Amino acid sequence: MPGEFDQLYREVILDHYKNPRGHGVIADADAQAEGQNPLCGDEVSIYVSFGGDGDTIDDVKFEGRGCAISQAATSMLTEMVQGRSATEIAALPKEELLEEIGIPLTPVRLKCAILGLGVLKVALHRAKGTPLPEEWSTLADELEFGADN
Amino acid sequence: MAVTTEAKLDAQRIRADFAYLEELRGGKPVAFLDSAASTQKPRQVLDALRDFYEHSYANVHRGVYQLAERATAGYEGAREKARAFVNAPSTREIIFTRSATESINLVAYAWGLDNLGPGDLVVVTELEHHSNFVPWQYVAKRTGAGFRMIPIDDAGELQLDALDEIAREGNVKVVANNLVSNSLGTVNPIEHLSTWAHEHGAIMVVDAAQSAPHRTVDVQALGCDFLAFSSHKMCGPSGVGALWGKAELLDKMAPFNLGGHMIRSVRYDDTTWGQLPYKFEAGTQPIAEAFAFGAAIDYVSQIGVDAIEQHEHELVEYAMERLSEIEGVTVYGPPPERRAGIVSFNIDNVHPHDVSQVLDWENVAIRGGHHCTQPLMKRLGVAATCRASFYVYSIREEVDRLVDGLLKAKKAFA
Repeated sequence: MPGEFDQLYREVILDHYKNPRGHGVIADADAQAEGQNPLCGDEVSIYVSFGGDGDTIDDVKFEGRGCAISQAATSMLTEMVQGRSATEIAALPKEELLEEIGIPLTPVRLKCAILGLGVLKVALHRAKGTPLPEEWSTLADELEFGADN
Repeated sequence: MAVTTEAKLDAQRIRADFAYLEELRGGKPVAFLDSAASTQKPRQVLDALRDFYEHSYANVHRGVYQLAERATAGYEGAREKARAFVNAPSTREIIFTRSATESINLVAYAWGLDNLGPGDLVVVTELEHHSNFVPWQYVAKRTGAGFRMIPIDDAGELQLDALDEIAREGNVKVVANNLVSNSLGTVNPIEHLSTWAHEHGAIMVVDAAQSAPHRTVDVQALGCDFLAFSSHKMCGPSGVGALWGKAELLDKMAPFNLGGHMIRSVRYDDTTWGQLPYKFEAGTQPIAEAFAFGAAIDYVSQIGVDAIEQHEHELVEYAMERLSEIEGVTVYGPPPERRAGIVSFNIDNVHPHDVSQVLDWENVAIRGGHHCTQPLMKRLGVAATCRASFYVYSIREEVDRLVDGLLKAKKAFA
Protein backbone atom coordinates (compact mmCIF):
# COMPACT_ATOMS: atom_id res chain seq x y z
CA MET A 1 0.00 0.00 0.00
CA PRO A 2 2.64 2.64 0.86
CA GLY A 3 3.56 3.39 -2.76
CA GLU A 4 -0.01 3.61 -3.92
CA PHE A 5 -1.06 5.54 -0.87
CA ASP A 6 1.66 8.16 -1.23
CA GLN A 7 0.86 8.55 -4.90
CA LEU A 8 -2.81 9.39 -4.35
CA TYR A 9 -2.74 10.87 -0.88
CA ARG A 10 0.54 12.72 -1.25
CA GLU A 11 1.55 14.86 1.66
CA VAL A 12 0.22 18.12 0.29
CA ILE A 13 -3.22 16.56 -0.25
CA LEU A 14 -3.35 15.25 3.29
CA ASP A 15 -2.17 18.62 4.58
CA HIS A 16 -4.93 20.48 2.75
CA TYR A 17 -7.48 17.91 3.88
CA LYS A 18 -6.51 18.16 7.50
CA ASN A 19 -5.87 21.93 7.49
CA PRO A 20 -8.11 23.36 4.78
CA ARG A 21 -7.20 26.85 3.59
CA GLY A 22 -9.92 29.38 2.99
CA HIS A 23 -12.37 27.51 5.15
CA GLY A 24 -15.42 29.53 6.10
CA VAL A 25 -18.26 31.67 4.85
CA ILE A 26 -18.36 35.18 3.36
CA ALA A 27 -21.55 36.77 4.64
CA ASP A 28 -22.08 39.28 1.80
CA ALA A 29 -20.48 37.32 -0.99
CA ASP A 30 -20.61 38.72 -4.54
CA ALA A 31 -20.75 35.21 -5.93
CA GLN A 32 -21.87 32.01 -4.28
CA ALA A 33 -22.86 28.46 -5.20
CA GLU A 34 -23.05 25.01 -3.76
CA GLY A 35 -22.85 21.55 -5.17
CA GLN A 36 -22.75 17.95 -4.21
CA ASN A 37 -21.76 14.63 -5.65
CA PRO A 38 -24.83 12.46 -5.15
CA LEU A 39 -22.78 9.31 -5.65
CA CYS A 40 -20.68 9.75 -2.54
CA GLY A 41 -22.25 12.68 -0.72
CA ASP A 42 -19.34 15.10 -1.09
CA GLU A 43 -20.59 18.65 -0.55
CA VAL A 44 -18.97 22.00 -1.28
CA SER A 45 -20.22 25.60 -0.91
CA ILE A 46 -18.08 28.42 -2.24
CA TYR A 47 -18.23 32.16 -1.52
CA VAL A 48 -16.37 34.85 -3.47
CA SER A 49 -16.01 38.58 -3.01
CA PHE A 50 -14.67 40.81 -5.77
CA GLY A 51 -12.31 43.77 -5.51
CA GLY A 52 -13.23 47.33 -6.47
CA ASP A 53 -12.88 46.51 -10.18
CA GLY A 54 -15.70 43.96 -9.83
CA ASP A 55 -13.52 41.24 -11.28
CA THR A 56 -10.50 40.53 -9.12
CA ILE A 57 -11.11 37.69 -6.69
CA ASP A 58 -10.46 39.51 -3.46
CA ASP A 59 -11.50 36.76 -1.11
CA VAL A 60 -12.70 33.20 -1.53
CA LYS A 61 -13.91 30.79 1.11
CA PHE A 62 -15.49 27.36 1.14
CA GLU A 63 -17.14 24.93 3.42
CA GLY A 64 -18.02 21.36 2.81
CA ARG A 65 -17.62 17.79 3.81
CA GLY A 66 -16.51 14.78 1.90
CA CYS A 67 -13.56 12.66 0.95
CA ALA A 68 -9.95 13.79 1.22
CA ILE A 69 -9.66 14.39 -2.52
CA SER A 70 -12.74 16.62 -2.81
CA GLN A 71 -11.93 18.74 0.23
CA ALA A 72 -8.20 19.05 -0.41
CA ALA A 73 -8.74 19.95 -4.06
CA THR A 74 -11.18 22.71 -3.09
CA SER A 75 -8.76 23.99 -0.48
CA MET A 76 -5.97 24.10 -3.07
CA LEU A 77 -8.31 25.81 -5.50
CA THR A 78 -8.98 28.68 -3.09
CA GLU A 79 -5.24 29.36 -2.90
CA MET A 80 -4.89 29.08 -6.64
CA VAL A 81 -7.55 31.62 -7.58
CA GLN A 82 -6.92 34.21 -4.88
CA GLY A 83 -6.15 37.59 -6.48
CA ARG A 84 -6.83 36.42 -10.02
CA SER A 85 -9.44 37.69 -12.46
CA ALA A 86 -12.88 36.13 -12.11
CA THR A 87 -13.30 36.19 -15.90
CA GLU A 88 -10.11 34.21 -16.25
CA ILE A 89 -11.08 31.67 -13.59
CA ALA A 90 -14.53 31.28 -15.09
CA ALA A 91 -12.74 30.00 -18.18
CA LEU A 92 -10.00 28.11 -16.34
CA PRO A 93 -9.35 24.69 -17.86
CA LYS A 94 -9.62 21.93 -15.28
CA GLU A 95 -6.15 20.72 -16.26
CA GLU A 96 -4.60 23.63 -14.39
CA LEU A 97 -6.16 22.47 -11.13
CA LEU A 98 -5.41 18.81 -11.85
CA GLU A 99 -1.79 19.68 -12.46
CA GLU A 100 -1.66 21.43 -9.11
CA ILE A 101 -3.28 18.43 -7.42
CA GLY A 102 -0.74 16.27 -9.24
CA ILE A 103 -2.10 12.80 -8.55
CA PRO A 104 -3.41 10.00 -10.76
CA LEU A 105 -7.20 9.90 -10.63
CA THR A 106 -9.69 7.26 -11.71
CA PRO A 107 -12.89 8.57 -13.37
CA VAL A 108 -14.79 8.28 -10.07
CA ARG A 109 -12.17 10.20 -8.10
CA LEU A 110 -11.80 12.80 -10.88
CA LYS A 111 -15.33 13.92 -10.07
CA CYS A 112 -14.29 14.34 -6.44
CA ALA A 113 -11.31 16.42 -7.51
CA ILE A 114 -13.17 18.88 -9.75
CA LEU A 115 -16.29 19.30 -7.60
CA GLY A 116 -14.96 22.51 -6.06
CA LEU A 117 -13.88 24.00 -9.39
CA GLY A 118 -17.29 23.25 -10.88
CA VAL A 119 -19.05 24.95 -7.99
CA LEU A 120 -16.74 27.97 -8.28
CA LYS A 121 -17.49 28.25 -12.00
CA VAL A 122 -21.21 28.14 -11.34
CA ALA A 123 -20.80 30.93 -8.78
CA LEU A 124 -18.70 33.13 -11.08
CA HIS A 125 -20.82 32.66 -14.20
CA ARG A 126 -23.95 33.30 -12.21
CA ALA A 127 -22.50 36.50 -10.76
CA LYS A 128 -21.41 37.67 -14.21
CA GLY A 129 -24.62 36.58 -15.91
CA THR A 130 -22.71 34.48 -18.40
CA PRO A 131 -23.69 30.96 -19.44
CA LEU A 132 -21.78 28.02 -18.00
CA PRO A 133 -19.64 26.36 -20.71
CA GLU A 134 -21.17 23.12 -21.94
CA GLU A 135 -18.49 20.88 -20.48
CA TRP A 136 -19.33 22.24 -17.06
CA SER A 137 -23.08 22.42 -17.43
CA THR A 138 -23.15 18.68 -18.21
CA LEU A 139 -21.08 18.00 -15.13
CA ALA A 140 -23.21 20.42 -13.13
CA ASP A 141 -26.32 18.41 -13.95
CA GLU A 142 -24.60 15.23 -12.94
CA LEU A 143 -23.18 16.62 -9.73
CA GLU A 144 -26.20 18.75 -8.79
CA PHE A 145 -24.32 22.02 -8.68
CA GLY A 146 -25.93 25.09 -7.26
CA ALA A 147 -29.60 24.21 -7.41
CA ASP A 148 -30.22 27.64 -5.93
CA ASN A 149 -28.38 30.42 -4.25
CA MET B 1 -41.01 -25.23 3.36
CA ALA B 2 -39.44 -28.41 4.64
CA VAL B 3 -37.05 -27.33 7.35
CA THR B 4 -34.47 -29.93 8.16
CA THR B 5 -31.55 -29.79 10.51
CA GLU B 6 -28.77 -28.55 8.33
CA ALA B 7 -25.10 -29.16 8.66
CA LYS B 8 -22.90 -26.22 9.52
CA LEU B 9 -21.80 -24.33 6.47
CA ASP B 10 -18.32 -25.24 5.23
CA ALA B 11 -17.10 -21.96 3.72
CA GLN B 12 -13.75 -23.39 2.64
CA ARG B 13 -15.46 -26.09 0.60
CA ILE B 14 -17.91 -23.56 -0.84
CA ARG B 15 -15.06 -21.27 -1.87
CA ALA B 16 -13.92 -23.89 -4.38
CA ASP B 17 -17.11 -23.15 -6.35
CA PHE B 18 -16.16 -19.52 -6.98
CA ALA B 19 -13.68 -18.67 -9.73
CA TYR B 20 -13.14 -15.10 -8.55
CA LEU B 21 -11.15 -16.52 -5.65
CA GLU B 22 -8.60 -17.95 -8.06
CA GLU B 23 -7.39 -14.50 -9.05
CA LEU B 24 -4.63 -13.47 -6.68
CA ARG B 25 -3.19 -10.06 -5.95
CA GLY B 26 -0.10 -10.08 -3.78
CA GLY B 27 -0.66 -13.82 -3.29
CA LYS B 28 -4.17 -13.40 -1.95
CA PRO B 29 -7.66 -13.44 -3.44
CA VAL B 30 -9.82 -10.39 -2.98
CA ALA B 31 -11.63 -10.26 0.35
CA PHE B 32 -15.01 -9.57 -1.23
CA LEU B 33 -17.11 -7.94 1.47
CA ASP B 34 -19.75 -6.34 -0.72
CA SER B 35 -22.23 -9.17 -1.15
CA ALA B 36 -25.10 -6.99 0.04
CA ALA B 37 -24.71 -5.08 -3.23
CA SER B 38 -24.45 -8.23 -5.32
CA THR B 39 -23.00 -11.68 -4.72
CA GLN B 40 -20.41 -13.58 -6.69
CA LYS B 41 -21.60 -16.52 -8.82
CA PRO B 42 -20.70 -20.19 -8.32
CA ARG B 43 -19.76 -22.48 -11.20
CA GLN B 44 -22.94 -24.53 -10.75
CA VAL B 45 -25.08 -21.50 -11.63
CA LEU B 46 -22.85 -20.35 -14.49
CA ASP B 47 -22.78 -23.87 -15.92
CA ALA B 48 -26.57 -24.05 -15.76
CA LEU B 49 -26.85 -20.72 -17.58
CA ARG B 50 -24.49 -21.77 -20.32
CA ASP B 51 -26.02 -25.22 -20.64
CA PHE B 52 -29.48 -23.73 -20.99
CA TYR B 53 -28.36 -21.36 -23.72
CA GLU B 54 -26.53 -24.17 -25.53
CA HIS B 55 -29.07 -26.96 -25.29
CA SER B 56 -32.48 -25.69 -24.22
CA TYR B 57 -32.90 -22.23 -25.60
CA ALA B 58 -35.87 -20.84 -27.48
CA ASN B 59 -38.58 -18.37 -26.64
CA VAL B 60 -41.06 -19.74 -24.14
CA HIS B 61 -44.78 -20.54 -24.26
CA ARG B 62 -44.97 -20.33 -28.04
CA GLY B 63 -43.23 -22.86 -30.23
CA VAL B 64 -44.45 -26.42 -30.50
CA TYR B 65 -40.97 -27.71 -31.30
CA GLN B 66 -38.87 -29.54 -28.76
CA LEU B 67 -36.40 -26.77 -27.99
CA ALA B 68 -39.26 -24.43 -27.13
CA GLU B 69 -40.79 -27.10 -24.91
CA ARG B 70 -37.51 -27.58 -23.09
CA ALA B 71 -37.08 -23.84 -22.65
CA THR B 72 -40.63 -23.50 -21.32
CA ALA B 73 -40.14 -26.41 -18.94
CA GLY B 74 -36.89 -24.85 -17.67
CA TYR B 75 -38.46 -21.43 -17.22
CA GLU B 76 -41.56 -22.75 -15.48
CA GLY B 77 -39.41 -25.09 -13.40
CA ALA B 78 -37.59 -22.03 -12.07
CA ARG B 79 -40.95 -20.51 -11.16
CA GLU B 80 -41.76 -23.58 -9.08
CA LYS B 81 -38.37 -23.31 -7.36
CA ALA B 82 -39.01 -19.64 -6.56
CA ARG B 83 -42.46 -20.55 -5.23
CA ALA B 84 -41.10 -23.25 -2.93
CA PHE B 85 -38.24 -21.02 -1.80
CA VAL B 86 -40.61 -18.42 -0.29
CA ASN B 87 -43.34 -20.98 0.57
CA ALA B 88 -45.93 -19.35 -1.68
CA PRO B 89 -49.21 -21.23 -2.07
CA SER B 90 -49.21 -21.23 -5.88
CA THR B 91 -46.92 -20.66 -8.88
CA ARG B 92 -49.70 -18.42 -10.28
CA GLU B 93 -48.57 -15.95 -7.65
CA ILE B 94 -44.92 -15.86 -8.71
CA ILE B 95 -44.14 -13.23 -11.33
CA PHE B 96 -40.71 -12.94 -12.90
CA THR B 97 -39.50 -9.36 -13.22
CA ARG B 98 -36.22 -7.67 -14.09
CA SER B 99 -35.33 -7.06 -10.44
CA ALA B 100 -36.70 -6.59 -6.94
CA THR B 101 -36.94 -2.90 -7.83
CA GLU B 102 -39.21 -3.67 -10.77
CA SER B 103 -41.26 -5.99 -8.55
CA ILE B 104 -41.94 -3.11 -6.16
CA ASN B 105 -42.65 -0.71 -9.01
CA LEU B 106 -45.16 -3.21 -10.36
CA VAL B 107 -47.10 -3.10 -7.08
CA ALA B 108 -46.73 0.67 -6.67
CA TYR B 109 -48.09 1.36 -10.15
CA ALA B 110 -50.52 -1.47 -10.77
CA TRP B 111 -52.01 -1.50 -7.27
CA GLY B 112 -51.15 1.97 -6.03
CA LEU B 113 -52.47 4.11 -8.88
CA ASP B 114 -55.91 2.48 -8.72
CA ASN B 115 -56.27 2.16 -4.97
CA LEU B 116 -54.80 5.31 -3.47
CA GLY B 117 -56.21 8.80 -3.18
CA PRO B 118 -56.49 11.85 -0.93
CA GLY B 119 -56.95 10.92 2.71
CA ASP B 120 -55.04 7.67 2.26
CA LEU B 121 -51.59 7.05 3.67
CA VAL B 122 -48.61 5.18 2.29
CA VAL B 123 -46.29 4.17 5.12
CA VAL B 124 -42.63 3.29 4.57
CA THR B 125 -39.75 3.25 7.05
CA GLU B 126 -36.65 5.30 7.63
CA LEU B 127 -34.66 2.12 6.84
CA GLU B 128 -35.90 1.61 3.29
CA HIS B 129 -33.68 1.21 0.28
CA HIS B 130 -34.65 3.82 -2.31
CA SER B 131 -36.26 0.98 -4.29
CA ASN B 132 -38.99 0.61 -1.66
CA PHE B 133 -39.15 4.32 -0.87
CA VAL B 134 -39.10 6.32 -4.09
CA PRO B 135 -41.85 4.35 -5.96
CA TRP B 136 -44.19 4.86 -2.99
CA GLN B 137 -43.32 8.51 -2.54
CA TYR B 138 -43.97 9.02 -6.26
CA VAL B 139 -47.25 7.12 -6.39
CA ALA B 140 -48.44 8.90 -3.23
CA LYS B 141 -47.79 12.24 -4.91
CA ARG B 142 -49.46 11.11 -8.15
CA THR B 143 -52.61 10.02 -6.31
CA GLY B 144 -52.77 12.73 -3.64
CA ALA B 145 -52.20 10.20 -0.85
CA GLY B 146 -50.10 11.09 2.19
CA PHE B 147 -46.64 9.62 2.70
CA ARG B 148 -45.31 8.72 6.16
CA MET B 149 -42.13 7.18 7.45
CA ILE B 150 -41.87 4.94 10.52
CA PRO B 151 -38.85 6.36 12.36
CA ILE B 152 -35.98 4.34 13.79
CA ASP B 153 -34.33 4.61 17.18
CA ASP B 154 -30.63 5.16 17.76
CA ALA B 155 -29.96 1.43 17.41
CA GLY B 156 -31.42 1.47 13.91
CA GLU B 157 -34.60 -0.36 14.83
CA LEU B 158 -38.15 0.67 13.98
CA GLN B 159 -40.00 2.69 16.59
CA LEU B 160 -43.25 0.78 16.60
CA ASP B 161 -44.82 3.11 19.15
CA ALA B 162 -45.07 5.65 16.32
CA LEU B 163 -47.63 3.47 14.53
CA ASP B 164 -50.67 4.66 16.47
CA GLU B 165 -50.01 8.28 15.68
CA ILE B 166 -49.48 7.51 11.99
CA ALA B 167 -52.80 5.64 11.91
CA ARG B 168 -54.56 8.71 13.32
CA GLU B 169 -53.37 10.83 10.39
CA GLY B 170 -55.25 9.05 7.62
CA ASN B 171 -56.39 5.75 6.13
CA VAL B 172 -53.33 3.54 6.07
CA LYS B 173 -53.48 1.75 2.71
CA VAL B 174 -49.92 0.54 2.13
CA VAL B 175 -47.15 -0.46 4.52
CA ALA B 176 -43.80 -1.08 2.82
CA ASN B 177 -40.74 -2.37 4.63
CA ASN B 178 -37.62 -4.39 3.97
CA LEU B 179 -37.24 -7.59 5.97
CA VAL B 180 -33.54 -6.84 6.32
CA SER B 181 -32.09 -3.34 6.02
CA ASN B 182 -29.41 -3.25 3.33
CA SER B 183 -27.51 -0.50 5.16
CA LEU B 184 -27.64 -1.58 8.79
CA GLY B 185 -28.61 -5.24 8.61
CA THR B 186 -31.55 -4.64 10.95
CA VAL B 187 -34.04 -7.52 10.86
CA ASN B 188 -37.47 -5.91 10.83
CA PRO B 189 -40.68 -7.14 12.56
CA ILE B 190 -42.62 -7.87 9.38
CA GLU B 191 -45.16 -10.13 11.13
CA HIS B 192 -46.05 -7.29 13.48
CA LEU B 193 -46.33 -4.77 10.64
CA SER B 194 -48.42 -7.17 8.54
CA THR B 195 -50.89 -7.53 11.40
CA TRP B 196 -50.99 -3.79 11.91
CA ALA B 197 -51.43 -3.16 8.18
CA HIS B 198 -54.30 -5.60 7.95
CA GLU B 199 -56.01 -4.15 11.03
CA HIS B 200 -56.19 -0.91 9.07
CA GLY B 201 -57.21 -2.52 5.79
CA ALA B 202 -53.80 -1.86 4.26
CA ILE B 203 -51.60 -4.11 2.14
CA MET B 204 -48.16 -5.16 3.40
CA VAL B 205 -45.37 -4.98 0.83
CA VAL B 206 -42.06 -6.59 1.76
CA ASP B 207 -38.72 -5.95 0.09
CA ALA B 208 -36.90 -9.24 0.67
CA ALA B 209 -33.98 -8.55 -1.68
CA GLN B 210 -31.61 -8.41 1.27
CA SER B 211 -33.15 -11.26 3.26
CA ALA B 212 -34.12 -14.03 0.82
CA PRO B 213 -30.46 -14.94 0.20
CA HIS B 214 -29.61 -15.05 3.90
CA ARG B 215 -32.48 -16.40 6.00
CA THR B 216 -35.72 -18.30 5.67
CA VAL B 217 -38.41 -16.26 3.96
CA ASP B 218 -41.90 -17.67 4.29
CA VAL B 219 -44.59 -15.42 2.84
CA GLN B 220 -47.32 -17.22 4.75
CA ALA B 221 -45.55 -16.90 8.09
CA LEU B 222 -44.76 -13.23 7.41
CA GLY B 223 -48.43 -12.59 6.69
CA CYS B 224 -47.63 -10.08 3.95
CA ASP B 225 -49.44 -9.43 0.65
CA PHE B 226 -46.51 -8.83 -1.68
CA LEU B 227 -42.86 -9.78 -1.46
CA ALA B 228 -40.04 -8.82 -3.82
CA PHE B 229 -36.73 -10.61 -4.19
CA SER B 230 -33.89 -10.76 -6.61
CA SER B 231 -31.58 -13.27 -8.27
CA HIS B 232 -28.30 -11.39 -8.31
CA LYS B 233 -28.10 -11.05 -4.55
CA MET B 234 -28.27 -14.83 -4.11
CA CYS B 235 -25.69 -16.26 -6.51
CA GLY B 236 -27.89 -15.91 -9.59
CA PRO B 237 -27.52 -13.72 -12.67
CA SER B 238 -28.51 -10.07 -12.72
CA GLY B 239 -31.48 -8.98 -14.81
CA VAL B 240 -34.10 -11.16 -13.15
CA GLY B 241 -36.11 -10.87 -9.98
CA ALA B 242 -39.42 -12.10 -8.68
CA LEU B 243 -42.58 -10.79 -7.14
CA TRP B 244 -44.87 -12.89 -5.02
CA GLY B 245 -48.37 -11.50 -4.52
CA LYS B 246 -51.64 -12.85 -3.21
CA ALA B 247 -53.68 -14.12 -6.15
CA GLU B 248 -56.85 -12.31 -5.04
CA LEU B 249 -54.98 -9.00 -5.21
CA LEU B 250 -53.07 -9.75 -8.41
CA ASP B 251 -56.29 -10.87 -10.12
CA LYS B 252 -57.94 -7.52 -9.45
CA MET B 253 -54.95 -5.42 -10.48
CA ALA B 254 -54.53 -3.77 -13.83
CA PRO B 255 -51.47 -4.89 -15.77
CA PHE B 256 -48.14 -3.10 -15.40
CA ASN B 257 -46.27 -3.62 -18.68
CA LEU B 258 -48.34 -4.13 -21.80
CA GLY B 259 -47.48 -6.06 -24.93
CA GLY B 260 -46.91 -9.59 -26.09
CA HIS B 261 -47.84 -12.64 -24.05
CA MET B 262 -49.78 -10.84 -21.32
CA ILE B 263 -53.02 -10.83 -23.31
CA ARG B 264 -55.98 -13.12 -23.76
CA SER B 265 -57.28 -11.54 -26.94
CA VAL B 266 -56.49 -8.39 -28.84
CA ARG B 267 -58.99 -6.67 -31.09
CA TYR B 268 -58.90 -3.28 -32.72
CA ASP B 269 -61.20 -1.80 -30.08
CA ASP B 270 -60.19 -3.71 -26.96
CA THR B 271 -57.76 -6.11 -25.33
CA THR B 272 -58.35 -8.54 -22.50
CA TRP B 273 -55.66 -9.72 -20.13
CA GLY B 274 -54.18 -13.15 -19.73
CA GLN B 275 -54.19 -15.29 -16.59
CA LEU B 276 -51.76 -15.02 -13.70
CA PRO B 277 -48.83 -14.90 -13.71
CA TYR B 278 -48.57 -14.11 -17.45
CA LYS B 279 -50.75 -11.01 -17.13
CA PHE B 280 -47.69 -9.37 -15.57
CA GLU B 281 -45.02 -10.83 -17.86
CA ALA B 282 -45.21 -8.78 -21.02
CA GLY B 283 -42.57 -9.26 -23.68
CA THR B 284 -39.76 -11.77 -23.82
CA GLN B 285 -38.61 -12.40 -20.28
CA PRO B 286 -35.02 -13.00 -19.17
CA ILE B 287 -35.57 -16.68 -19.89
CA ALA B 288 -32.14 -18.20 -19.36
CA GLU B 289 -31.52 -15.87 -16.44
CA ALA B 290 -34.74 -17.01 -14.79
CA PHE B 291 -33.66 -20.60 -15.34
CA ALA B 292 -30.28 -19.85 -13.75
CA PHE B 293 -32.09 -18.05 -10.92
CA GLY B 294 -33.68 -21.45 -10.30
CA ALA B 295 -30.22 -23.03 -10.28
CA ALA B 296 -29.12 -20.40 -7.75
CA ILE B 297 -32.11 -21.24 -5.57
CA ASP B 298 -31.02 -24.89 -5.71
CA TYR B 299 -27.45 -23.92 -4.83
CA VAL B 300 -28.49 -21.78 -1.88
CA SER B 301 -31.07 -24.32 -0.70
CA GLN B 302 -28.54 -27.13 -0.77
CA ILE B 303 -26.25 -25.14 1.49
CA GLY B 304 -29.34 -24.30 3.54
CA VAL B 305 -30.58 -20.82 4.39
CA ASP B 306 -30.56 -21.57 8.11
CA ALA B 307 -26.91 -22.58 7.87
CA ILE B 308 -26.20 -19.40 5.89
CA GLU B 309 -27.92 -17.30 8.54
CA GLN B 310 -25.87 -18.93 11.28
CA HIS B 311 -22.60 -18.56 9.32
CA GLU B 312 -23.23 -14.86 8.71
CA HIS B 313 -24.29 -14.34 12.30
CA GLU B 314 -20.93 -15.69 13.48
CA LEU B 315 -19.09 -13.46 11.03
CA VAL B 316 -21.01 -10.31 11.90
CA GLU B 317 -20.56 -10.97 15.62
CA TYR B 318 -16.83 -11.39 15.08
CA ALA B 319 -16.63 -8.33 12.83
CA MET B 320 -18.46 -6.13 15.35
CA GLU B 321 -16.19 -7.37 18.12
CA ARG B 322 -13.05 -6.66 16.07
CA LEU B 323 -14.31 -3.25 14.90
CA SER B 324 -15.11 -2.22 18.47
CA GLU B 325 -11.41 -2.71 19.28
CA ILE B 326 -10.48 0.14 16.94
CA GLU B 327 -10.62 3.51 18.60
CA GLY B 328 -12.53 6.08 16.58
CA VAL B 329 -14.74 3.54 14.82
CA THR B 330 -18.51 3.98 15.12
CA VAL B 331 -20.65 0.97 14.24
CA TYR B 332 -24.27 1.70 13.30
CA GLY B 333 -27.29 -0.48 13.87
CA PRO B 334 -28.55 -3.13 16.26
CA PRO B 335 -26.61 -5.81 18.19
CA PRO B 336 -25.61 -9.00 16.33
CA GLU B 337 -28.63 -10.95 17.66
CA ARG B 338 -30.99 -8.70 15.76
CA ARG B 339 -29.08 -8.10 12.56
CA ALA B 340 -28.15 -9.97 9.40
CA GLY B 341 -24.63 -10.24 7.95
CA ILE B 342 -24.12 -6.54 7.32
CA VAL B 343 -22.09 -4.03 9.30
CA SER B 344 -22.01 -0.30 8.60
CA PHE B 345 -19.44 1.89 10.29
CA ASN B 346 -17.33 5.01 10.06
CA ILE B 347 -13.85 5.95 11.17
CA ASP B 348 -13.47 9.41 12.70
CA ASN B 349 -12.16 11.94 10.20
CA VAL B 350 -11.80 9.52 7.31
CA HIS B 351 -14.42 9.63 4.56
CA PRO B 352 -15.82 6.21 3.52
CA HIS B 353 -14.52 6.76 0.00
CA ASP B 354 -11.01 7.20 1.30
CA VAL B 355 -11.44 4.14 3.52
CA SER B 356 -12.62 2.06 0.56
CA GLN B 357 -9.74 3.32 -1.55
CA VAL B 358 -7.13 2.36 1.02
CA LEU B 359 -8.81 -1.03 1.53
CA ASP B 360 -8.77 -1.66 -2.21
CA TRP B 361 -4.99 -1.38 -2.13
CA GLU B 362 -5.11 -4.12 0.51
CA ASN B 363 -7.34 -6.14 -1.85
CA VAL B 364 -10.31 -5.80 0.47
CA ALA B 365 -13.56 -4.81 -1.26
CA ILE B 366 -16.12 -2.95 0.82
CA ARG B 367 -18.71 -0.35 -0.08
CA GLY B 368 -18.45 3.30 0.89
CA GLY B 369 -21.48 5.44 0.18
CA HIS B 370 -25.10 6.04 1.08
CA HIS B 371 -26.18 2.54 -0.05
CA CYS B 372 -29.32 3.97 -1.71
CA THR B 373 -30.65 4.93 1.72
CA GLN B 374 -30.31 8.72 1.87
CA PRO B 375 -33.14 9.24 4.41
CA LEU B 376 -31.35 6.78 6.71
CA MET B 377 -27.99 8.55 6.24
CA LYS B 378 -29.70 11.81 7.20
CA ARG B 379 -31.09 10.15 10.33
CA LEU B 380 -27.62 8.88 11.25
CA GLY B 381 -26.23 12.37 10.61
CA VAL B 382 -23.67 11.19 8.07
CA ALA B 383 -23.23 11.60 4.32
CA ALA B 384 -22.10 8.02 3.89
CA THR B 385 -20.89 4.94 5.72
CA CYS B 386 -18.47 2.11 5.10
CA ARG B 387 -20.29 -1.20 4.77
CA ALA B 388 -18.97 -4.74 4.96
CA SER B 389 -21.35 -7.57 4.13
CA PHE B 390 -20.98 -11.33 4.09
CA TYR B 391 -22.15 -14.38 2.22
CA VAL B 392 -21.56 -18.11 1.96
CA TYR B 393 -17.94 -17.71 0.81
CA SER B 394 -16.97 -15.18 3.50
CA ILE B 395 -14.47 -16.25 6.15
CA ARG B 396 -13.07 -14.85 9.40
CA GLU B 397 -9.69 -14.22 7.84
CA GLU B 398 -11.36 -11.67 5.58
CA VAL B 399 -12.67 -9.84 8.63
CA ASP B 400 -9.09 -9.78 9.96
CA ARG B 401 -7.88 -8.35 6.65
CA LEU B 402 -10.60 -5.71 6.85
CA VAL B 403 -9.49 -4.72 10.35
CA ASP B 404 -5.81 -4.59 9.33
CA GLY B 405 -6.72 -2.37 6.38
CA LEU B 406 -8.80 -0.08 8.58
CA LEU B 407 -5.90 0.35 10.98
CA LYS B 408 -3.72 1.39 8.03
CA ALA B 409 -6.35 3.84 6.78
CA LYS B 410 -6.74 5.30 10.23
CA LYS B 411 -2.99 5.73 10.66
CA ALA B 412 -2.58 7.30 7.23
CA PHE B 413 -5.22 9.95 7.86
CA ALA B 414 -4.43 10.52 11.54
